[in-house]
Amino acid sequence: MAGAPNLYRPMADQSKIRNFSIIAHIDHGKSTLADRILEVTKTVEQREMKAQLLDSMDLERERGITIKAQAVRVMFEAEDGETYQLHLIDTPGHVDFSYEVSRSLAACEGALLVVDASQGVEAQTLANTYLAIDGGLELVPVLNKIDLPGAEPERVAAEVSDLLGEDPDDVLRISAKTGMGVNEVLNRVVENVPPPDGDPDAPPRALIFDSEFDQYRGVIAYIRVVDGTFRKGEAIRAMAAGTEADIDDIGFFNPRMTPATELGPGEVGYLITGIKDVTLLRVGDTLTTKRDAATEALPGYQDVKPMVFSGLFPIDSDDYPDLRDALEKLTLNDAALSWEPETSEALGFGFRCGFLGLLHMDIVRERLEREYDLELMTTMPSVEVEVELQNGELVPVHNPSDMPDPTKIREIREPYIKASILTPKEYVGTIMELCQDKRGSHSGMQYLSSDRVQLEYELPLAEIVLDFFDQLKSRTRGYASLDYELIGLRASDLVKLDILLSGDPVDALSMVVHRAKAHDVGRVLAEKLKEKIPRQQFDVPIQAAIGSRVVARETVKAYRKDVVAKCYGGDISRKRKLLEKQKRGKARMKQVGRVEVPQEAFLAVLDLGDSR
Amino acid sequence: MPAALPDASPAPADGALPETARARLGERPFGIYVHVPFCATRCGYCDFNTYTAEELPGGVSRASYAAAAIAELALARRVLGEGAPPVETVFFGGGTPTLLDPADLVAIVRAIDETFGLAPGAEVTTEANPESVDPAAFAALREGGFTRVSLGMQSAAPHVLATLDRTHTPGRPQAAAAEARAAGFEHVSLDLIYGTPGESDDDWRASVEAALAAAPDHLSAYSLTVEPGTRLHARVRRGELPEPDEDALADRYAIADELLAGAGLRWYEISNWAVDDAARCRHNLAYWRGGDWWGVGPGAHSHVGGVRWWNVLHPSAYAGALREARSPAAGRELLDDETRRFERIMLETRLREGLDMELLRADGRAAAERAVADGLAEPEALERGRVLLTRRGRLLADALVRDLVD
Repeated sequence: MAGAPNLYRPMADQSKIRNFSIIAHIDHGKSTLADRILEVTKTVEQREMKAQLLDSMDLERERGITIKAQAVRVMFEAEDGETYQLHLIDTPGHVDFSYEVSRSLAACEGALLVVDASQGVEAQTLANTYLAIDGGLELVPVLNKIDLPGAEPERVAAEVSDLLGEDPDDVLRISAKTGMGVNEVLNRVVENVPPPDGDPDAPPRALIFDSEFDQYRGVIAYIRVVDGTFRKGEAIRAMAAGTEADIDDIGFFNPRMTPATELGPGEVGYLITGIKDVTLLRVGDTLTTKRDAATEALPGYQDVKPMVFSGLFPIDSDDYPDLRDALEKLTLNDAALSWEPETSEALGFGFRCGFLGLLHMDIVRERLEREYDLELMTTMPSVEVEVELQNGELVPVHNPSDMPDPTKIREIREPYIKASILTPKEYVGTIMELCQDKRGSHSGMQYLSSDRVQLEYELPLAEIVLDFFDQLKSRTRGYASLDYELIGLRASDLVKLDILLSGDPVDALSMVVHRAKAHDVGRVLAEKLKEKIPRQQFDVPIQAAIGSRVVARETVKAYRKDVVAKCYGGDISRKRKLLEKQKRGKARMKQVGRVEVPQEAFLAVLDLGDSR
Repeated sequence: MPAALPDASPAPADGALPETARARLGERPFGIYVHVPFCATRCGYCDFNTYTAEELPGGVSRASYAAAAIAELALARRVLGEGAPPVETVFFGGGTPTLLDPADLVAIVRAIDETFGLAPGAEVTTEANPESVDPAAFAALREGGFTRVSLGMQSAAPHVLATLDRTHTPGRPQAAAAEARAAGFEHVSLDLIYGTPGESDDDWRASVEAALAAAPDHLSAYSLTVEPGTRLHARVRRGELPEPDEDALADRYAIADELLAGAGLRWYEISNWAVDDAARCRHNLAYWRGGDWWGVGPGAHSHVGGVRWWNVLHPSAYAGALREARSPAAGRELLDDETRRFERIMLETRLREGLDMELLRADGRAAAERAVADGLAEPEALERGRVLLTRRGRLLADALVRDLVD
């Protein structure tokens, strides 16, 4: 294999191993830097380089984000003349995926903190940097894109040094695009990031920090060996799940899967046992060998909790079993996705799914549609609220249509988050306005530099799951960034808002909103639905109601004409084809009573904009 | 005859039809349609297959058109064989058939008679532009065997005619109708268009009344359709003209239907009214009842025994194929049983005689019953096993057809 020397030598000298990841905000150049690292280490020849090779899922490349962590081994000859084995563990850069970040960081001793030299530090970078510092990682700060005209290396270096307490002069300045400074970055990694300190003679232990499901090979566990050595053919045991199996294949990524005979302390790679059930080899579990079993597991991870819920329904009800299969398969790759069957009067059989956030929801839906060829309808995203009944019983409700009767409710509590927003100071006013509008309360503000401000707000999660991020971006011309963490449940005056079409409530359009906003939301929603529901053969009244009280009303007037005037000998084939096409369009609509509702109508709520 | 052709399979070069298509020739009425692809000017709303040049490439011209059409008749005779029945109806459409010398039109009718034989009492219609006919032409056509004339009147309002690019002056269509009757035509029809941008309900009412004053025994009224690729479409897209409003079109239809019924013209197809059964256009009825016809001319469509085919659009390509003794067909469709059922529902629902419920499955029957409950179809007809549209139903016929075919 030309250009990839020394890959098959036996276990590395532990002191020559460095494990690191890259922390960066979206578009600050993480993937480009990763690509350059693969090039300068000759792991991949330039000509085989697909731009941004590490992002292997199509969706990732299209959206410019990394979803699943990847772990690549590269060999690097450092300034000291020694060859080092570096493992680059990729991390996602979006707020939805912070749990993935903490998993990746747990497999490393160091991290590159990559900051765009014209943009500066962003909220997400800040959050991940704190995660890395908390995890005891050595950070190597890097300013990227210094070749761009808008770069302000001095200002941004000052920001970074404030954050890390480093000398601004020690902050590396590079251009991942041109490759300038990439060697220095790797030399700095070798120099500053400590080698792994596992015990080669102790009973073997490895952390599963990620996993992937392959339909032929079963679960592919991404592991970081901490102590001892794992060898091909050996019997292993997953300590938490109690699973026992033999190692069918073990190896590393360079960047493609490359089998090896063993992985030793500090090494990062993959392990395959043929096990097909992902719950038997869970992310966060510790692997050991049966022969020389460890007694103490490595610290694991907390289970990820979904924050945003939405119904997914097949447009063609015959696809329900296929949707179930697809969700089962996706869950194998995506521990954060949860789902349970849901039946909607309007939409039929489907699944209530839990996601980490809206982006995660979009990605799951797109993967289901693209990779599994399903046509899906998504209902309005909601959060899980806790309802305390008069009798003291606590009921979690993550579907508005499951809301108990108001007379039985003593109190409703909704999840709150603490939002950290980083912004140039001129946008502070507009952001505060947005946060007030979203029922937020101001909890703190500090200047990161003379120009950049960190704002803290406590907000109901429900207020930010829809369009908060988009609005934040548009109000600040893209300059503000957001990170948030859950801070618990708080009592709120929430009501269930129902939508009725021709007098029949449409469960899939119900939502839980704050009482003070119910009128406005109802009005805007009724208007949006009027735009999205095509005229039918009869008038369709649209009502928004709280209980039996109608708070808004619109009417889709009946159409009176749907006929072509001319249908003579030469028109027949064309006309028949037109009717057949119209029929297919009709089949994509959902029948609610006698009203035909296009799927976009169920997402009308997503464009509620400022009214929420 | 729209200028775009459907997608389909290629047609054989000799024009041969499957034996099954020819097997039952003669059990249905047999007609000939002749497409004359020439106009003096192209109207802004028109997407038909028509050409304004006197001479087209390949030695094709208005003057040589009749020879090409007659050559296709000979081909038709070869393809249909001995089983070809006499011709019940002939219809010359366009384009503007009356741009041809009346002698050419008459020569084609004579060729039809010589090739297939015209049945006793055959209906022979030509469309005519009021500006391109005069008493002498009517006399020649009548003398040559034509029995019916359909005049393109469109509107009586000058500003509407201007928007449609029609060159005739108001009053001329009515005068032409009188000339036709004087020449001995017993069946005279007028065509109207409603919903042209700038037309008011009153303009439309006045147009219908003006048409009625000419005492036609048949009238067709079409809502203006803005077809892609037309000048009108471009003007609407640029915002120079408003798009026809569907509710206003529905109102105009109701106005027409009421005025016409008041004057003794009863609808027999969604866009067609006649004073009595004898005044209905038998040729068009055959289209809607699954009859057989051979379409002669560029872009003309044909149907024989479940095979639909259509000719190449351009007159030069058309004439070229015939010169080489090849079929001018561009493509064809062999209709399977389900497609034929779909077409029958689509077409028969448009007729006053209504749709035979026997064609419907359970879901379609339920849709028919709902249509009655919603006031779209007549309850008494349903009891007789037929779906017969009310006026409201006629305006929603396509929506209903989409449910009936289930």
